[in-house]
Amino acid sequence: KPVISTGSEHYFPFNAEWSSKGRELERFQTKSKKTLAKPGVKNIVLVEGVRTPFLLSGTTYADLMPHDLARAALQGLLHKTSLPKDAVDYIIYGTVIQEVKTSNVAREASLGAGFSDKIPSHTVTMACISSNVAMTTGVGLITAGQCDTIVAGGVEFMSDVPIRHSRKMRKTMLALNRAKTLGQRLSLIGSIRMAHLTPELPAVAEFSTAETMGHSADRLAAAFGVTRLEQDEFALRSHTLAKQAQDAGLLSDVISFKVPGRDTVAKDNGIRPSSMEQLAKLKPAFIKPHGTVTAANSSFLTDGASAVLIMSEEKALAMGYKPKAYLRDFVFVSQDPKDQLLLGPAYGTPKVLARAGLTMDDIDVFEFHEAFAGQIMANLKALDSDWFAQTYMGRKVKVGAPAMEKFNLWGGSLSLGHPFGATGCRLVTTVAHRLLKEGGQYGLVAACAAGGQGHAMVIEAYPQ
Amino acid sequence: FVTNIRSLCTARTHVNYEVKEDVAVIRMNDPTSKVNTLSVQMQNEMIEVFNEVLANDAVQSAVLISSKPGCFIAGADINMIQACNTSEEVTKLSQEGQKMFARIEKSPKPIVAAINGPCLGGGLEFAIACQYRVATKSKKTVLGTPEVMLGLLPGAGGTQRLPKMVGIPGAFDMMLTGRNIRADKAKKMGLVHQLVDPLGPGLKSPEERTIEYLEEVAIQCAKGIVNKKISLTKEKGMMQKVQDYVMGIEFVRQQIYKTVTAKVMKMSKGLYPAPLKIIESVKAGLEQGPDSGYLAEAQNFGKLAMTSESNALIGLYHGQVACKKNRFGVPERPVKNLAILGAGLMGAGIAQVTVDKGIHTVLKDTTVEGLSRGQQQVYKGLNDKTKKKTITSFERDFTLASLTGQLDYSGFEKADMVIEAVFEDLNIKHRVIKEVEAVIPPHCIFATNTSALPIKDIAAASIRPEKVIGMHYFSPVDKMQLLEIITTDKTSKDTTASAVAVGLKQGKVIIVVGDGPGFYTTRCLAPMLAEAVRLLQEGVDPKKLDALTTGFGFPVGAATLADEVGIDVAAHVAEDLGKAFGSRFGGGNVEVLKTMVEKGFKGRKSGKGCYVYTPGLKSKDVNPDIEDVLEKYKLTPNPLVSSDSDVQYRLVSRFVNEAVMCLQEGILNGPVEGDIGAVFGLGFPPCLGGPFRFVDTFGANKLVEKMRRYEEVYGNHFTPCQLLLDHAKDSSKRFHK
Repeated sequence: KPVISTGSEHYFPFNAEWSSKGRELERFQTKSKKTLAKPGVKNIVLVEGVRTPFLLSGTTYADLMPHDLARAALQGLLHKTSLPKDAVDYIIYGTVIQEVKTSNVAREASLGAGFSDKIPSHTVTMACISSNVAMTTGVGLITAGQCDTIVAGGVEFMSDVPIRHSRKMRKTMLALNRAKTLGQRLSLIGSIRMAHLTPELPAVAEFSTAETMGHSADRLAAAFGVTRLEQDEFALRSHTLAKQAQDAGLLSDVISFKVPGRDTVAKDNGIRPSSMEQLAKLKPAFIKPHGTVTAANSSFLTDGASAVLIMSEEKALAMGYKPKAYLRDFVFVSQDPKDQLLLGPAYGTPKVLARAGLTMDDIDVFEFHEAFAGQIMANLKALDSDWFAQTYMGRKVKVGAPAMEKFNLWGGSLSLGHPFGATGCRLVTTVAHRLLKEGGQYGLVAACAAGGQGHAMVIEAYPQ
Repeated sequence: FVTNIRSLCTARTHVNYEVKEDVAVIRMNDPTSKVNTLSVQMQNEMIEVFNEVLANDAVQSAVLISSKPGCFIAGADINMIQACNTSEEVTKLSQEGQKMFARIEKSPKPIVAAINGPCLGGGLEFAIACQYRVATKSKKTVLGTPEVMLGLLPGAGGTQRLPKMVGIPGAFDMMLTGRNIRADKAKKMGLVHQLVDPLGPGLKSPEERTIEYLEEVAIQCAKGIVNKKISLTKEKGMMQKVQDYVMGIEFVRQQIYKTVTAKVMKMSKGLYPAPLKIIESVKAGLEQGPDSGYLAEAQNFGKLAMTSESNALIGLYHGQVACKKNRFGVPERPVKNLAILGAGLMGAGIAQVTVDKGIHTVLKDTTVEGLSRGQQQVYKGLNDKTKKKTITSFERDFTLASLTGQLDYSGFEKADMVIEAVFEDLNIKHRVIKEVEAVIPPHCIFATNTSALPIKDIAAASIRPEKVIGMHYFSPVDKMQLLEIITTDKTSKDTTASAVAVGLKQGKVIIVVGDGPGFYTTRCLAPMLAEAVRLLQEGVDPKKLDALTTGFGFPVGAATLADEVGIDVAAHVAEDLGKAFGSRFGGGNVEVLKTMVEKGFKGRKSGKGCYVYTPGLKSKDVNPDIEDVLEKYKLTPNPLVSSDSDVQYRLVSRFVNEAVMCLQEGILNGPVEGDIGAVFGLGFPPCLGGPFRFVDTFGANKLVEKMRRYEEVYGNHFTPCQLLLDHAKDSSKRFHK
């Protein structure tokens, strides 16, 4: 584990040119720390991050397979970085709903993308923070001295999900495989009933609690007293900001993708800034009739893939790259999957700040995963509550809520879309890009995930 | 602010209201109790508040809510009914309730009942008089009419409103069984209109915020009703229309009354008047109109309140509440790790009721087969709950993670309590206690689950007898509510406190009794079973014996009971206790039981006993092979004491006499525990309220008179004990006040 710096040790990796930028120096001197680099710990950098356009499921990507999307992201990364195809040590992908034919989607995608077949690749899963795990696994491999160059990514494909035969039918079919005589086969076939033909859809509910995530989000919003109006306002904000960012060409991580048999896609297609009046018309989607979570203030089912290139700083510089950001401290947290399913950011944020020795004010860029507007508002309220901090987090005081003028300024999962396995890389890349664009020093990523888990990571701007 | 001033002036303590926009939020909270009851005070203040709300022009609608976390209204105040001396007084109480709820029902300003926690009896009647009901999906939220279990009926309009709300069959089901209905089921039945999910942590405690949320939703509903966004007349579905049509046919209704009455008669043997009065009241309302209905309800309520059955059942209710408390205080250290020795029916049963209470449970047996049978029993118990959807499969697995099955004593050094449920043999128990004491920590309690062996004899092998205690569970452990805890004169108070605490966690009703052969329950049962054997020898057919005992109110007939307990166990106990107590425990010949055991007729577990048990078959036939046995030990009945009624009193008087003797000898702490033990452990007729209540009601002198008559024929088996004689001499002496 990285050691939390005590503050007495100062370590300056910055070059003189950067330090001479008086205005910015002044600004950063107000920070708790000048850098998060730690002696004896390798600096790990984000060299580049890309993603395919995030599309509403069932649209242009409808006929693809998950590894096709992942391959597109990988090829985009290769193209953007001009990385030699054998220069990578390891490839890791995150995904949630696995296509059974490509259960190690990392391997299928990297082979298809033309990476050397000598590069091992594996797939990880941790619900909506799967690609966060992919990245931190890479960080771990570099820190441990196993690797220098990692490609991490995530993919989710909701246009097609594995729908299975019922358990009884599967049992019969498997027995049929083993049946030796015609008589055995006939009697097995004869045992099939109409009811056995009912298919089994992938569960939308939390396994341990049998509650759907939307239902839990609605209860969470109610628990924190988040109103329908607040949720609709936040949803509208997300879509409006996403639209502005898209129009201004800020979403530079999006690569264009020629979909076989279809057009080239270059833009996310879920961004729909509407009006408060229109949003108010929607009926609650989960808790009826008095719930507050609607289709419009929830993230939608999305297809998409992302990829990032992570390297040790030395290696990146040696290969002539100009890194975009340092990946610094990170935490994974988990809590009660019933009543605190989506509170990962509230738990992860104070923890990662403490680990990095930073305060809320030190952070210039916040990128939180927006699963539901109600979930975001609940997390913000939790972060801003001394009572919650004391009662549930064992802290003396709250860390406070992020300033909204620093928060998800280029849209978020509500508007850009949320391919479960791919969102984490989008968040990290967006923080890096925003730090570059806005001139900040520290950024914070936080996300919740099914299972009551969460992730938070601090990212530091790379001196330009 | 104005409201606050006003409430201060009138000094209301139970009911208050505040106006939020145009909705009056009426809050109930009985400051003197953990639960809200419809006491006189509560009712008076409610009427006052209701009048104010009606008179307040700023108010369009109202929400009725409890500010107690986890309780809406638990029912009417039983003491209010018990304080009445005549049925007329009770009828008047009922009519006052009816009048109040009639006003609520006709209120021009809609009232929404916001229910969180128990909404039972009078509380439910209040709620269904309101125009709209919202309930939380909390596990604590239950709706029901449990009056029948107290020998009463829903006396404040319940018998009249329920049939209209949930249909005639549904209403009968609710009122005749008295069962609790969870919120989601209540919604399906049409008992509540809307459900609210319980909330988790937020900016306030989950409980507090959940009530607030419930209130917010209820206020929305109240406003919705006023501005006509919510319609109170529900669009009827096709099924509903068909059902209404069918129920509209008088012939059909008559058939229903007939069927329900027949079923009640079959189940209650006519010993319980309340169910019949419920049917009568419902019928009066449906067939002769509301005026007759409400009158019948009030009058029947008055009549029922004066019955001995109701008195007995209410006594049991109070007794049960008392036996759910730990009068030995808080134990020094809570039991977190419990080890059970023996994975038989009992051991596994104890494991099953422990493992889901947050206690890590070790189940130890000596063989893999025995252990896996026990583990399967625990799994099945939990899996059945999963099938019934009371727990999820995840909760089942999570619970089972607290159960460790093993064959050795590893980990016993962490045990806080060991309960042994090994074979009932003193030598084996001694060996076990020595083995266990070698591995457990000094604070660990050693509890022995035995049904007859004196605890002090078992404790004789212990190096720390202050930690030894008896915990007598009843089979099947997960179904039988009673736990009999036996203390020796060496058992420390903390050990007792700890055993009671564990028992309460396991959900048991607990009696704590002194040590002695058969303690309390087994000792009472033994003479009754001895009498049953004698009756069999005298040629009473097992079926007839069963019919006579169930006809007296026992849920299980004497012959069936012997089969359930096990003929071998019965023989064992009869012999042991016979030795301990001498000829008083005689009657039937123990050889009858022994011969049956020799022939393999050990009762239900061996497939044959008094009856033959065929797996999968509910009905059972008398075991034809026992005729030979009975023939061999045949006795000639004396016609003077062999009428049906005499047979019943021969069985019951021996039971009751022994119970009274247990009190006399100090085995029992008091008559309340005696009644609870007999009813919940042995199935003594609940309508009689237990042996002590029975003596009070029936009259000790009358009982002694009967016993003297039997004594003349059979000798000391029927000699009344001194305490019973004292009560017979002085009719002012009562076990219960």
